[in-house]
Amino acid sequence: MAGRTFVVLAVVVVAAGVIVTVLDVNQYYYFAAYVVLQYVVLASAWNILGGYTGYVNFGTPAFFALGAYTAVVLIQSMNAPLVVQLVAGAAVAGTLGLGIGYLTLRLRGVFFSIATLALAVVLQTLFINWEYTGGARGITLTRPATVPLGGSYVEYLFVVMLVLAVITVATAWWIEHSWVGRGLAAIRDNEEAAECMGVPTLRLKLVATTVSGLLMGLAGAPFPYYVTFIEPASVFDLNYAVNSLAMPMIGGSTTWMGPVIGAVLLGTAQQVATVTISSALNLLIVGVILVAFVILAPEGIVGLVQRLVRRGPA
Amino acid sequence: MVSLDLLLNALVAGILLGGFYAAVSLGISMAFGLLDIVNIAHPVFVMLGSYAAYIMNVRVGFDPILTGVLFTPVFYGLGVLLYRVYYASFERKGAESLRGLVFFFGVLFIVEVSLLLAFGVDYRLVEAPYIGESLHIGPVGIAFRLLVPCVVGLALTGALYLFLSRTFYGRAIQAVAQDAFALRLMGADPFRVKGIAFGLAIATAALAGALLIMIGPVEPAMNREYIGRVFAVAVLGGMGSIGGTLVAALILGIAESLTATFSGPSWSVAVSFGVLLLALAVRPAGLFGR
Amino acid sequence: MNAAAERGSGDACLDIREVSKRFGGFQALNAVSLRIRPGERFGLIGPNGSGKTTLINCISGTLRTDGGRIVFEGADITGLAAHRRTRLGIARSFQIPKPFTSMTVLENLMIPIEYARLGHRDGVVDEAMGILARVGLAAKAQVPSRALTQIEMRKLELARAMAARPKLLVSDEAMAGLSSAEVDDILAILLQLNGQGITVIMIEHIMRAVMRFSERIAVLDAGEKIAEGTPDQILGNKTVERAYLGE
Repeated sequence: MAGRTFVVLAVVVVAAGVIVTVLDVNQYYYFAAYVVLQYVVLASAWNILGGYTGYVNFGTPAFFALGAYTAVVLIQSMNAPLVVQLVAGAAVAGTLGLGIGYLTLRLRGVFFSIATLALAVVLQTLFINWEYTGGARGITLTRPATVPLGGSYVEYLFVVMLVLAVITVATAWWIEHSWVGRGLAAIRDNEEAAECMGVPTLRLKLVATTVSGLLMGLAGAPFPYYVTFIEPASVFDLNYAVNSLAMPMIGGSTTWMGPVIGAVLLGTAQQVATVTISSALNLLIVGVILVAFVILAPEGIVGLVQRLVRRGPA
Repeated sequence: MVSLDLLLNALVAGILLGGFYAAVSLGISMAFGLLDIVNIAHPVFVMLGSYAAYIMNVRVGFDPILTGVLFTPVFYGLGVLLYRVYYASFERKGAESLRGLVFFFGVLFIVEVSLLLAFGVDYRLVEAPYIGESLHIGPVGIAFRLLVPCVVGLALTGALYLFLSRTFYGRAIQAVAQDAFALRLMGADPFRVKGIAFGLAIATAALAGALLIMIGPVEPAMNREYIGRVFAVAVLGGMGSIGGTLVAALILGIAESLTATFSGPSWSVAVSFGVLLLALAVRPAGLFGR
Repeated sequence: MNAAAERGSGDACLDIREVSKRFGGFQALNAVSLRIRPGERFGLIGPNGSGKTTLINCISGTLRTDGGRIVFEGADITGLAAHRRTRLGIARSFQIPKPFTSMTVLENLMIPIEYARLGHRDGVVDEAMGILARVGLAAKAQVPSRALTQIEMRKLELARAMAARPKLLVSDEAMAGLSSAEVDDILAILLQLNGQGITVIMIEHIMRAVMRFSERIAVLDAGEKIAEGTPDQILGNKTVERAYLGE
């Protein structure tokens, strides 16, 4: 999709979002849409490192939680405005990405992945033990009294998340079509050859991990105001780990569109399903679909559609 | 002033824990160390073993070790099957890294959530006549619930070591890691050998799981704590070296026990992470590695 | 006075000084020394497992040496990362071709042009098409690189190495498994590159190609240099014969 088309699409999407809040439909839809948009951010962020570069991050909850808890700290300590929370959450999570990358990216990709897994467990332990942010019991937060756009605070958060989603997808789009994206793809296809062709592989990988972590932290920062009650168990939920991985893999990991499609389809399906089936069963189904796609349709929905289109007109 | 009694007890507990950790890590030592298969789902199979021991204990009154031994062939079959799927989907096409990892994560996920659906989040434990007991040597208390898993774990480690070094298939497994072609010349089929190796790796999970539930109550999410541990042991021990796995497991056990005693139990999880990072930074080939 | 002696008798293009490399207990390279002159056509031969590819990996920076120094155009590059060496002018092709499989032939070439020459601007595509034309792959520019034939992949390997505008090109068994006509094809490309002033190190098993191509040849066996000289000198060398045929 060309740049101009993308910008137009982005503007249309945001405008539609704002209009919807003015229309003031049932509050539930804003809650649900927020979650789906949050997954658009998480899935796209994951894919920059996973699909584009070939390095698998199993620790999305760690970055998401860091964004959320940074916001909590800022709310508790100085009642900082949402914008500050967003920037700080992104910065802290981005730094974590840089740090974990610096420690493990000189080694095989496998060790980076295992480190992200262990990281999530360690961070969860940390927050369970930190009383200032509520420890294991959790902490309640009150939303600001004045809502910037008018209407309910949830509607406002919906628009915020919509903007964040557009920013994230735009970032993924830009990376994909730029020399950065080509370098990342070279690393993914054959890292040794890429290095010998002049690609600064370590530096690019660090950029990818930092940007990916940053965006995940961005998704987490509005979370405290969204749920008003934060506890480690819900922030480090398995949902985030598997969905941020399944959505890009199922949607298609080589392009920006894959995570979006995966997030919208799977996210909406899960929102509908939580009403009828247990969340555990929900997760099980996601897991099975993930494995099925990885084995049978590794190029994802985008890839399947591309294949059909190519075969279509004879 | 650190109490000597406390220190001594922590050390002993650490050693016992280390023997158990060796048993849990054997599967990864083989799969990752020898076959280069990053099976992050291994710990969740250990959990499966724990729950098998739980059910047999509650329904039929079986001793957990008995269940572990009985289920070993079942887990072996499971392992061979899993390897065939992995091979057909990824290894054959050379697309292992990203998709192989995601595949095992998916498997991990499916098993963990299935256990969650079947057993819920409550902790489950087993009853056996010796579990509550302990023996005392001077100031040191040795709980049987730690001693028995350690001893059995060491026995399992020893058995696997002997298998790998003395039997034809054992040596073939060690060889397939280095030179699959030479193996073919010797008349062994690399695909079959790898299947056997992976089957064995998962088979150890049956007994390891039984040992786990003896040490303490289990719940499905625990598997994730163990991922860091088993990989820390595998890397530190030098991929594929059984002797190295044992030494590394002991080191980890002692480090965790000391941390738990002096800094609090919730931090012992971070220890394996630290050990892993340290091992990767200093000696990626491990203590005994090639 | 022959051309080889005329060209920079003092300046070395690549100076490999006592380079060693160990893998665990196995000594892959043992204090190997070579001096390659600018613009030279240098051949590197030796039995399988003698350390040729390991040496190339040390030169390109893919492997860290355990001893010795590597000096390129007077600058010590021993500790330099591989991608920096490429930017300095060292390029290599891989024995088993490593194309970027998700990309087309053209995109494969854009990577070294953009990254090795620090240019993310216009003209990259034209440059890439030019190089493809010189190796005879222009018609296949839009083809996915994984769909190429063996010889086409070898040519792509060389094209990618050329795209970095190297001063030194190391060709690692680019002709293995090719037909006689295809071997001549590759040989012509390498000769043409050398004609433009690029120093070429050729690693090959196909003797007629090495003998025809090289001005000087070095022979490795079990990680050590056992002989060095002109093609004629190497042909008559008993040590070399023993290394290949055994005692």
